[in-house]
Amino acid sequence: MSSKLARSGVAIAALALCAALSPTGGWAGTTIVIGLQQEPTSLDPTADATASIDGMLTQNLFESLTTVNEAGEVLPQLAESWTVSEDGLTYTFDLLDGATFHDGTGFDAEDVKFSFDRAMAEDSVNPSKGLFKPIESVTVVDAGTVEIKLKQKDAFFLFNMAQGDVSIVAPESVEANNANPVGTGPFKYDSWTRGDKLVLVKNPDHRDAGSVALERVEFKFISDAAAASAALLAGEIDAFPGFPAPELLPQFEADPRFKVVTGSTEGEVILAMNNAKAPFNDIRVRQAVSHAIDRGEIIDGAMYGQAVPIGSFYPPHGPAYVDLTGTYPHDTAKAKALFEEAGVAGTTMTLRVPPFPYATRSAEIIQAQLAEAGIDAKVENVEWGFWIDEIYKKLNYDMTIIAHTSPNDMGNFARGPKYFYGYDDAGYTDLWNRISAEADDAARNALLAEAQKYLADQAVHGFLFQLPQLGVYKTGVEGFWDSRAVLFQPLAGVSVN
Amino acid sequence: MTRLPPNLIIGAVLVALVAGTAALSLVWTPHDHTLLNIRGKFAPPSELHWLGTDQLGRDVFSQLMVAARNSVAVALISVCLGGVIGVALGLLASAMGGVVEDVIMRIADIGFAFPALLFAIMLAAVFGPSLMVAIIAIAFINIPVFARVTRASANQIWTREYVYAARAAGMGRVTISRDHVLPNIAAPIIVQATIEFAIAILAEAALSYLGLGAQPPAPSWGRMLSEAQTLMYLAPQLAIYPGLCIVTAVLGFSLLGDGLRDITDPRLVRQR
Repeated sequence: MSSKLARSGVAIAALALCAALSPTGGWAGTTIVIGLQQEPTSLDPTADATASIDGMLTQNLFESLTTVNEAGEVLPQLAESWTVSEDGLTYTFDLLDGATFHDGTGFDAEDVKFSFDRAMAEDSVNPSKGLFKPIESVTVVDAGTVEIKLKQKDAFFLFNMAQGDVSIVAPESVEANNANPVGTGPFKYDSWTRGDKLVLVKNPDHRDAGSVALERVEFKFISDAAAASAALLAGEIDAFPGFPAPELLPQFEADPRFKVVTGSTEGEVILAMNNAKAPFNDIRVRQAVSHAIDRGEIIDGAMYGQAVPIGSFYPPHGPAYVDLTGTYPHDTAKAKALFEEAGVAGTTMTLRVPPFPYATRSAEIIQAQLAEAGIDAKVENVEWGFWIDEIYKKLNYDMTIIAHTSPNDMGNFARGPKYFYGYDDAGYTDLWNRISAEADDAARNALLAEAQKYLADQAVHGFLFQLPQLGVYKTGVEGFWDSRAVLFQPLAGVSVN
Repeated sequence: MTRLPPNLIIGAVLVALVAGTAALSLVWTPHDHTLLNIRGKFAPPSELHWLGTDQLGRDVFSQLMVAARNSVAVALISVCLGGVIGVALGLLASAMGGVVEDVIMRIADIGFAFPALLFAIMLAAVFGPSLMVAIIAIAFINIPVFARVTRASANQIWTREYVYAARAAGMGRVTISRDHVLPNIAAPIIVQATIEFAIAILAEAALSYLGLGAQPPAPSWGRMLSEAQTLMYLAPQLAIYPGLCIVTAVLGFSLLGDGLRDITDPRLVRQR
């Protein structure tokens, strides 16, 4: 539910997880080299918002109480089973027996309580504290049972418990997790050569070790699209699940050594506007921007047609999706009139863009479209660290372009004026609280549809398109998800033939 | 008058072509270089678009023309800026001699050791990337070059009899530098400036390629090259055109510089 922008920003990076055949003979068939666009600065998913951490480690090195499959259905993980009380407020988890951490320490209910208490603490640096907000208390019933009490009903609770932010960590090893992560998963940490690669090896003590095909997983960090393409063609990489350059796909499609998979992600790409700041606190300006942008041109020019337009903040493949792309149809004259009415025609606005191809390319097109509507948009390409500091944390921007890859992230708009949207609307916050507390699927979907319309009507941001999942795999690599309902990609089911 | 060396003629023609294109772009381009037409992207060369269109449907020929203007402007400003400061420092070093000369030339040596790219990255980190960053960085690397050439040439002039005579007549060092030294070392400085022009164009292309120079939508050969990189499979011509432009400009200025040296360097003239 409440997703982090930070990690969303790294959408492309998270997408970039993949697997492939190793070119080195000794490991052939059991080693995979996965290309990844962004390298994180820490390896602790419970302390850092960078999406590539979840992409590599969640449900691979770390495990959570639950997990999620490709369709987004919740499955048991460290919790073997659970029961929910009549009122929907008390969850009792039966934990797995005999699971161990990679350093040999045992897993039990105390570790679960420790992990939750740490994330919920006042001074916690957990990047998705919103996931823990509905939790009242975590109680150890016995070594194999944990009881979690909620303050309010939370329809997404079990789904949220699968995310990397809720990874179960051990008090003995947690301090070193940023550089030497220790979890309970099917793969364990081997080495991290900064600027080059992260290596995981199979955990032979894992309960499902017998069904894990890969012995060794190398995540190779390649940020440049041209270099990524060259590495794939040279056979150095087996899989690139978040391939950043759609224009290069025809080349791989034509090559029998590769297979190209186009799926969807949870990443809504938005032209974010700083609602707390003039002139974007004026709805007419936001509407004018929405009228000025032409999604068809952006998708064609920036994504080579490989994306689905969105009119609000909800993925088109979701069950509650409403097509709102017609709310503010592309109409330069109308945009011009609205800009003039609001008294901002002819002014300069800055568009600060993070270093992801979908963003930098869209920026150039949006700049031209705003120019047609009489607004001089100045594009500033900034580094990811700068983006996190200045835009995400300090709200120091007019407009930016970013993909929000977290699932169920419409709660972002209820995060208050301190969140980088600068959006604070009591009506929406109330609506979101009702969505979170609604347990009935049909009723919740109806509310979600209402929320989509609410955001579209308010023109909170320019809603652009749903980020596609473009994967390039060597022939013979199996088991990667075509689409991503979550930030992670379990590698236990991946094989190289 | 001996016949002009061929490298001078070829160089002058190429430079005239680039400079002429740059000047023409101020008043006329076939299309608005920023005009997008995404449905008409990757168009082949036609009567309408002489070199076709790029990945956003912009006219490539117009972009190359405006980029030529950017390149020439950056090179001109940065070489002049670096040249004026460098020549002044060189003259000062030569005129003062002793400790002043040693200090200035050692600082110039340090400047030589400092890579322009690193300097540009540092500036870009502080002020944000812009064309100004590229200009300052290129000007900076030009200062020690001109200081060294000026001082070496000026030191020879200071030993001439007419300079001794001027000093005996009571002329000050500044006056002598201005009236006697500078006019007599103008030739090597102009030759050096022409060669530095070629280097500056290359440096601007490199900085823009790395995103430290011209920012979108301002076109630049270097940036066009970097944008074309992932399009090599779809549209290789988008990398070839700006590449050829850079070659033409750099080759032109290098040949022109060589040619100018051939006709102005007395030793070379005597050999011929």
